[in-house]
Amino acid sequence: MFDNFPLWPARASTTAGNVDALYIFLVVLSTFMSVAIFVMILAFAAKYRRRPGHAAEQIEGSTILEITWSVIPFGVFVVIFVWGAVIFFQERTPPRGATEIYVVAKQWMWKLEHEEGHREINELHVPVGRDVKMILTSQDVIHSFYVPAFRIKQDVVPGRYTTAWFRPTRPGTYHLFCAEYCGTQHSGMIGQVVVLEPSQYEAWLSGGGTTGSLASTGQALFQQLGCSTCHRSDTQGRGPNLAGTFGKPVLLDDGQTVIEDENYIRESILNPSAKIVSGFKPIMPPFQGIVSEEQLNALVAYIKSLNQNPSGAAGSPTLLPAGTQPQAPKVQ
Amino acid sequence: MNMATVVNPVTERENYLNQEYGVRSWLLTTDHKRIALLYLASITFFFFVGGLFALLIRLELLTPAGDLVQADTYNKLFTMHGQIMVFFFLVPSIPAVLGNFLVPLMIGARDLAFPRINLLSWYLYIIAGILMMHAVLTGGVDTGWTFYTPFSTAFSNTKVIEAGLAIFVVGFSSILTGLNFVVTIHRMRAPGMTWWRLPLFIWSMYATSIIFLLGTPVLAITLTLVIFERAFHLGIFDPTRGGDPLLFQHLFWFYSHPAVYIMILPSMGIISEIVPCFSRKRIFGYSFVAMASIGIAVLGFLVWAHHMFVAGMSIYAALIFSFLSYLVAVPSAIKVFNWTATLYKGSITFSTPLLYAFGFIGLFTMGGLTGLFLAALGVDVHVTDTYFVIAHFHYIMVGGAVMGYLGGMHFWWPKISGRMYPESLGRLAALIVFIGFNLTFFPQFILGYLGMPRRYWQYPPEFQVLNVLSTAGSTILAVGYLLPMAYFLWSMRYGKHAEPNPWGAAGLEWMTPSPPPTFNFEETPLVTWEAYDYGNIDLPKEVPVER
Ligand code: HEC
Ligand SMILES: [Cu+2]
Repeated sequence: MFDNFPLWPARASTTAGNVDALYIFLVVLSTFMSVAIFVMILAFAAKYRRRPGHAAEQIEGSTILEITWSVIPFGVFVVIFVWGAVIFFQERTPPRGATEIYVVAKQWMWKLEHEEGHREINELHVPVGRDVKMILTSQDVIHSFYVPAFRIKQDVVPGRYTTAWFRPTRPGTYHLFCAEYCGTQHSGMIGQVVVLEPSQYEAWLSGGGTTGSLASTGQALFQQLGCSTCHRSDTQGRGPNLAGTFGKPVLLDDGQTVIEDENYIRESILNPSAKIVSGFKPIMPPFQGIVSEEQLNALVAYIKSLNQNPSGAAGSPTLLPAGTQPQAPKVQ
Repeated sequence: MNMATVVNPVTERENYLNQEYGVRSWLLTTDHKRIALLYLASITFFFFVGGLFALLIRLELLTPAGDLVQADTYNKLFTMHGQIMVFFFLVPSIPAVLGNFLVPLMIGARDLAFPRINLLSWYLYIIAGILMMHAVLTGGVDTGWTFYTPFSTAFSNTKVIEAGLAIFVVGFSSILTGLNFVVTIHRMRAPGMTWWRLPLFIWSMYATSIIFLLGTPVLAITLTLVIFERAFHLGIFDPTRGGDPLLFQHLFWFYSHPAVYIMILPSMGIISEIVPCFSRKRIFGYSFVAMASIGIAVLGFLVWAHHMFVAGMSIYAALIFSFLSYLVAVPSAIKVFNWTATLYKGSITFSTPLLYAFGFIGLFTMGGLTGLFLAALGVDVHVTDTYFVIAHFHYIMVGGAVMGYLGGMHFWWPKISGRMYPESLGRLAALIVFIGFNLTFFPQFILGYLGMPRRYWQYPPEFQVLNVLSTAGSTILAVGYLLPMAYFLWSMRYGKHAEPNPWGAAGLEWMTPSPPPTFNFEETPLVTWEAYDYGNIDLPKEVPVER
């Protein structure tokens, strides 16, 4: 019933309601506190206004009162803190199996790529009820991916990936804003998120032309750039076998372990000598400046896709024919 | 308290204003009171420059389309509005004007510890001001006052280095002021003026000075790095050269969050002077209010990353900074409660300074409470970088800091100028400021929650109504600010002569003539009483209400 109330934007994701609940709680609390203070000030000011025959009473203070009005607010603050943190943890932890969309921001547009290979500019189509994870990076300055109707915002930082996720709950068209100032046309760096019913979404998918899934683009690149000469599907290659490694710990030659996530793959490609895999020599050439952000995304998507089909060999052309990627939409 | 030593105001009496005449006597002065006036003139100039930019911003936002100015011009306007208001007005405002004037007077000293360094700090301010104005007039800057990298170091093609240099230099003027205050408060208190007898304004100046000393150098380093990266293409913050853009944000906010307390603590100190005076009562919970200032200064250094919850930092770091942000809210709450309790069983006169103090308490409370929204991680994700944040910090920095500054200017104007301002106009202006302020900034909270991002030159049409309200409010606010400016100037010539203690206020500064003689006191005062000794001070027969 509050959905069209003009004091907040449309609620179109699973997080939106949670954020609004805390917001409304805070509004009520603040209104109560401000009104209490205002009334007190006005009441005292009226009651104790200066008049003849009436002198002020000198009161030093009261430690008990001081403790009371420090401890009670603090208790309330802790509640707000915990509540806010719980929502934040949900917002920050993408569910397993979420559909992934790669976003490249640049002055002043959004480039979005679906796993299926569809590319969009300043427009994002997603189906209702599916978890969507965004993997964001910027080609130039810092931008920020902001969809008020989903109550999500994530800065998009050059030189690394950041992530955000949402699950749309209502079909419709919503604003996509850039929320971090990024130069002349910052306010023009806007687009829209179109949330479709699953059936409409399937229709949209099959309608748009695609050159094959993102992973298959990555696979082609993997060949072209010569990655496959070192990274082979067996253990004989000069580089590690990349199949099935995503999300798993990697032992480095300095004895540390890191979890292989998107940022690790990114760094391994652009600047391989930053972290050397244990048992290997630092012979991999750096690809900084050679691959574009989009190509990098495709490579990352490809390396990740090797997990779903660990039996397939890295570099084997038979792996993952284009179009085998899309998962069935999960409608909750 | 012994008031017999007070000299009655005689027009011809020698004081700091008429002791010497001529430009030289001002430009080479080492008198803290004259330096305060030099600062007053300079920061007022910058306040009006920054205010002009604000009005242009509001005018542009009257309509959704970007029509009044070009996008680049708009970006420069909000950048320079922020830089000028923060670094050239708010940060120096109360410390460099009222602090300079009052610190020695309130503790019974003849001057600050280092009078020449005090003058140097003003010259640094002026050099910085000239640099800044030069940058403004020769093209301007468009990085936002936050200078975020790599935009500022590798993309913007405006006067980043010059503006950075200006802010670097003005920072040193703050550091010197802070140094001077700390030494003065430690070493130059009159006999009997123990720490626990200090007026709370002094406590707040002390806390502010600590932040000046510890925080400002970090800003200087950060800006140096920005300038170096931009000029010599080093890779510090720019990821394409191996730098880390988030490192910049950490460094920048390490200063700039405490800087918020630089702006608000002095105002809190002023409120702690005004409220007891006009309710004829000692302040409620003196030591708690004093320690709250120190607590804010210390905790204020531990919360900087709450500006970066969506910047890509770890969720656990976010958790810690969120929690610490709630901690720093406690001492602020303590202050609000103590001011309110001070009114209880008082004998209250609704004079102009008290109206500003009420305005301060109300607006600061709202600013503080909306800070709770922003510190709540889940809500912050939605409202950060929107108009909600703009509204929040204007409630603190304009509703709070500027209200406090104006309240203080009215309170001590008789002491500074030796003249009274017209009381009824004063009250009217306070009311106009209050109404104009709320009309300007309250709609922005809603606008922010609806999702309007900050720093937008054009915006979707559904946001227009709230923007129109805000623009309307800003014109009212402008009138509210011009009015005191006009009657203060008027009063310098035509105002009624001020008694040494027109309000019957406690504090050493009221026990010397208005305006004070060059060396402040005829003889060094001996303090035998607590601060806010209102039980033992008589109200003047007739409280000056109307001229
Ligand atoms: C000259 C041989 C060589 C080439 C060509 C090469 N790599 Fe590597 N790569 C290695 C070696 C050796 C390692 C392990 C040492 C290290 O971490 O640098 C490695 C490590 C990696 C890792 C980290 C693996 C892990 O398990 O931690 C990734 C990811 C990777 N390479 C991707 C690529 C991609 C993508 C390309 C093509 C753009 C490529 N490599 C080209 C030799 C190569
Ligand atoms: Cu942008």
